[in-house]
Amino acid sequence: MRERIVPISTPAEGVMGKTGFWRTFKPIIDREKCIKCLLCWLYCPEGAILRTDDDITIDYDYCKGCGICANECPRKAIKMVLER
Amino acid sequence: MERVAVLSGNHAVAYAVKLCRPHVIAAYPITPQTQIVEKLAEFVERGELKAKYIRVESEHSAMAALIGASATGARVFTATSSQGLLYMHEAIWSAAGARLPIVMAVVTRAIFPPWSIWTDHSDLLAQRDTGWIIAMAESNQEVFDMTIQAYRIAEDERVLLPVMIGLDAFSLSHTAAPVSLLDQDKVDKFLPPRRAFSFLLDVENPITMGNVAFPDHYMEFRYLIQRAMERAKQVIREVEEEFYEISSRKYGGLVEEYRCNDADIILILMGAWSGDAKVCADKLREEGLRVGVLRIRFIRPLPIEEIKRVSLGRKAVIVVDRDISFGGAGILFTEVSSILQQNNVTVRGFIAGLGGRDVTAKDFTQMVRQVYADLEVGEKRSRVEWYGVKEVI
Repeated sequence: MRERIVPISTPAEGVMGKTGFWRTFKPIIDREKCIKCLLCWLYCPEGAILRTDDDITIDYDYCKGCGICANECPRKAIKMVLER
Repeated sequence: MERVAVLSGNHAVAYAVKLCRPHVIAAYPITPQTQIVEKLAEFVERGELKAKYIRVESEHSAMAALIGASATGARVFTATSSQGLLYMHEAIWSAAGARLPIVMAVVTRAIFPPWSIWTDHSDLLAQRDTGWIIAMAESNQEVFDMTIQAYRIAEDERVLLPVMIGLDAFSLSHTAAPVSLLDQDKVDKFLPPRRAFSFLLDVENPITMGNVAFPDHYMEFRYLIQRAMERAKQVIREVEEEFYEISSRKYGGLVEEYRCNDADIILILMGAWSGDAKVCADKLREEGLRVGVLRIRFIRPLPIEEIKRVSLGRKAVIVVDRDISFGGAGILFTEVSSILQQNNVTVRGFIAGLGGRDVTAKDFTQMVRQVYADLEVGEKRSRVEWYGVKEVI
């Protein structure tokens, strides 16, 4: 007997589907103000802020729009904009 | 050569757990349970039991620690009582929902306020909807035997649910009685190491447990627990038969029937005071009154078939509750009534012995006599009353 008696998943990208659609507010980075301190990257609970060579980008497929990045940003470089 | 030791109920649990070779014990002390985990700490400290002993900061943490440990495949144990059990309540649901074969002893104790350390079944019965298999012992020997069987039941692939074993505060927990022990090699054969399942936590092969289940799926996981509970009935009977082969002791599966065959009146109850009910049955039979006792050993899964079979065709059944669901009735009474509602059996309920008030064979005799007297004058209505409650202002 091998019934699936508990919900189990193996950790992998997107096992829950694209959770970005849960978002109400969308974080938008103001490139002029951003000093690339990486605090947003550090604080993002979803790992949805991606660090590239010398920059950061937001992965909107998985960003749930919690706004922690905007709250932590020392330069107020991230604005939360209502999704349309 | 197997030893007979004079053990308190608490120590009977500890010796049984030691024989089951648990890997992890997490515990927080509370009267009247403390002696169980103290004894186990002593075994670990002496090197007689190779287990990780975690001294946690609360009962909620004790269960949380066991959930983590059990999810890696470890065999685990804890014990608690009353407020501790209630504080653990959220994690108790988690353990069952995660389908982890945790075993816990519950020394039944009244709930605060007002403070009381004496026996009462409200703490144990408040867990009845959690998905745990819930048993209640009558004697120290049964506590010992049940504990060993509990791991076999919980770890059975058809079940995979946690088990709690109730024993009454003081009348069992702190009262010494002869207990036949079992040799380690016999228990090892009866209870082999826990089998690994596909959903264990393993750092080499990571999985995520405790996932979200959307309305599309949640209900099915609840249904699976219910089905496992139904299967557990057969597993409990089978495990007891196998245990009989190594111990020559058995109690009757989900219930114990005592002189029920030809009885007119059946007393239904659970726990240590069932012994007093049996004395009552013996005494009344000397007078020609045919009284039997149906002792509930497992309240979950509920022994529906057994209760129905034993109760049908009797003049009355008397359910004695050491608990009360306020605004409702005694919990056992409610369960038994739900089974018998369409069968035209008189079900009389008595709420008695709350907070450890002494109830003896004499008291059970008085209850039975009262029901007989009512039946004689044609009074057959089912109802619940409080036994021995003093006049209150």
